[in-house]
Amino acid sequence: MSVDSFQYLPRVLAAYYRMTDQRPELPIPWTPLANPLTECMFGLVTSGGLYHLGVEPPFDVEREREDPKWGDPTYRTLPVDIRQHEVGASHLHYNNRDVLDDVNILLPVHRFQELVTQGRIGGLAQHAYSFMGYQGYPRDTTAWQEIYGPEVARKLLAEHVECVLLTPT
Amino acid sequence: MLARTLEAAGLSTILVTNMPFWAERVGVPRTLAVEFPFGHTLGRPSDAAQQMRVIRQALEMLETAEVPGTITHSPETWPVPKKEAIKDWQPVEPSPLIKEMTPRFIEIMRQRRRGAHG
Repeated sequence: MSVDSFQYLPRVLAAYYRMTDQRPELPIPWTPLANPLTECMFGLVTSGGLYHLGVEPPFDVEREREDPKWGDPTYRTLPVDIRQHEVGASHLHYNNRDVLDDVNILLPVHRFQELVTQGRIGGLAQHAYSFMGYQGYPRDTTAWQEIYGPEVARKLLAEHVECVLLTPT
Repeated sequence: MLARTLEAAGLSTILVTNMPFWAERVGVPRTLAVEFPFGHTLGRPSDAAQQMRVIRQALEMLETAEVPGTITHSPETWPVPKKEAIKDWQPVEPSPLIKEMTPRFIEIMRQRRRGAHG
């Protein structure tokens, strides 16, 4: 069985996306697992537009409202022991209600703590990261690739992370 | 694209998405595809069992994938009727882009259809 990528898209958007003719740039990057997962430190990264309320500002949706073809390329840092009521969401392209109810649907901090307790994974890094998935029209991920992605990679590596779960919206 | 950047930096990544269409076109190292509405990548709020099932599938994929660009499809299903789910995930207010571009998207498609029919 195959997942239908267009199942939940409004028809206009689905039709538009289907017109895309893009091929992956080769080679596809590849870092083979060095150790069994039971020994691996995990990091969590989402692009759900989440942020730590009261500690960091939301993503710049005001600028996006003024300039709809632009999306905020920066990231936010969330401690994995964050409480649900401390989670903020600033992403204009999906209904934030459910992630504000249960952060785990996009950033599974509690589920991963359970995996550590169960010994399924070696550990969970203290800091998780959120980007905001709307990167302009036409989509421009240059800042992600050249500045913010490498910065987050460095921070994850500094916490000895080997594996990353990535959860776009 | 973030998956590629992190993988290139020396991390082993697993991406969970409801749009394997993009994962394929971008060239993501490892992808678990789930047929869930946007904004609910790992499942429904408060459904820890479902979230854990998807996460375990992702971990298994991370352990077993051998070829860069592998996409595995999760058998998980969304328990809400599709019509309702489609309405439910969309933002309360259309995004600034949608507001601005919908008329243009429709026009582009009309032009394409005219072109295709000569």
